[in-house]
Amino acid sequence: MAVITPLLKGLAFTLKRFFSKPITYQYPEQKREPSERWRGLHRLKTENGQLKCVACGLCEAVCPAKVITVEAKETPDGRRFPNRFVVEVTRCIFCGYCQEACPKDAIELTRNYEFCGYTREEFHMTRDVLARN
Amino acid sequence: MLDFLIESILKVLVVFGVLLFVVAYTTWLERRVLGRIQVRHGPNRVGFQGLLQPLADGLKGFFKEDIVPANADKIVYVLAPVLSIVPALMIVAVIPFGDSFQLFGREITMRITDVNVALLYILGLAGLGEYGVMLGGWASNNRYGLLGSLRTAAQMISYELALGLTLISVIMVSGSLSLVEIVNTQTVWWNAFKQPLAFFLFLICGLAEINRTPFDMPEAEAELACGFNIEYSSMKFAMFFMAEYAHLISLAMIITCLFLGGWYLPFGIPTPGLLKFPVFLAKVFVLVFFFIWERGTFPRLRYDQIMRLGWKWLMPLALANIFVTGVVVTAVA
Repeated sequence: MAVITPLLKGLAFTLKRFFSKPITYQYPEQKREPSERWRGLHRLKTENGQLKCVACGLCEAVCPAKVITVEAKETPDGRRFPNRFVVEVTRCIFCGYCQEACPKDAIELTRNYEFCGYTREEFHMTRDVLARN
Repeated sequence: MLDFLIESILKVLVVFGVLLFVVAYTTWLERRVLGRIQVRHGPNRVGFQGLLQPLADGLKGFFKEDIVPANADKIVYVLAPVLSIVPALMIVAVIPFGDSFQLFGREITMRITDVNVALLYILGLAGLGEYGVMLGGWASNNRYGLLGSLRTAAQMISYELALGLTLISVIMVSGSLSLVEIVNTQTVWWNAFKQPLAFFLFLICGLAEINRTPFDMPEAEAELACGFNIEYSSMKFAMFFMAEYAHLISLAMIITCLFLGGWYLPFGIPTPGLLKFPVFLAKVFVLVFFFIWERGTFPRLRYDQIMRLGWKWLMPLALANIFVTGVVVTAVA
């Protein structure tokens, strides 16, 4: 009897589970809300239609995975802006250091975790892609 | 003679068609039920509630590359899946699914054939089915595969003894080796009531015989990485897989016939002719569900535990059961 009872208990337990509701998120239809502090795809912030970034290169310097490339340029009236700003998202570790290092609050990590592509090149996110995002 | 031939061929075609269909959908049922036991959904994407999943699996199996390992024994390697699935399907030939019905003025029996030594035939084929598993693991020249095969051989010998011994007590009660006659002796009291210990032992030994959890030693995923079928791919793997589920279904049908009164309702409640087949199906379904349910519940036994259970508990219990049954049957007679 001492051998059989735990077996029956186990069977009762699994039968109870069988009639319980699955906790699965049915992903594409039913999305899980990421946390407030979720670090997803980067965004270059804009102000009055202009990028806030001044291409100081601090994010490039602080990036532990070395995925950010910034190339500075100046407008005729002496304003610096990033001529080229590429984030290789496939190698990014989403640490958020770029956001912390930025003196102009120009880059942030959004809560977007759904980005995909068929080639590596699609993940070399350029300035305009990141600004639109 | 000719109409007998036509009737038999038609019955064989229908039974095997339905059997393969049921085998395919048992995989779906297993995955859904296991999913629900683990508080998830299981396959529910392909078609309504995942009902086309077996079809998708089959198509995928066909399109997979068929690999034969370089150092494998090629003939045995190819032969093993066949040896595994053919006996598994052949067992169904002697199983009665129901009584008989009238069609175009002919009496058609709901079975392919009624052999008077059906139980021996089933035991023989069950033993033969294990050769496919044994040879498959050995022929693929893989150490995991070989270990799986060794375990199959040991487990088969240990549990087939107890299985045969429990069958003897059933034969003593029913007085026949034919499944139809055994079913017909259970109109009032099922053998499960007359022989509860034998029923219990047969259930355990049967699970071990078809290598099902908690006795799935030959393909212990954790330590043997699939065991005997590790080198098999494509349709050869699918054949092993189908053989496993065909065994599962035939075990459920055999238990239904031997212990659960086949197509009869219990306690002598008369079974209307039309209900006989559904009653049989319901019993088989309950058993198949139980096999999936217990798979979701019990962990796999260790190798030495399996051997100890088989030799130290099941065998003596089966022998004692035969003795007690013998005494009671003689006393009643």
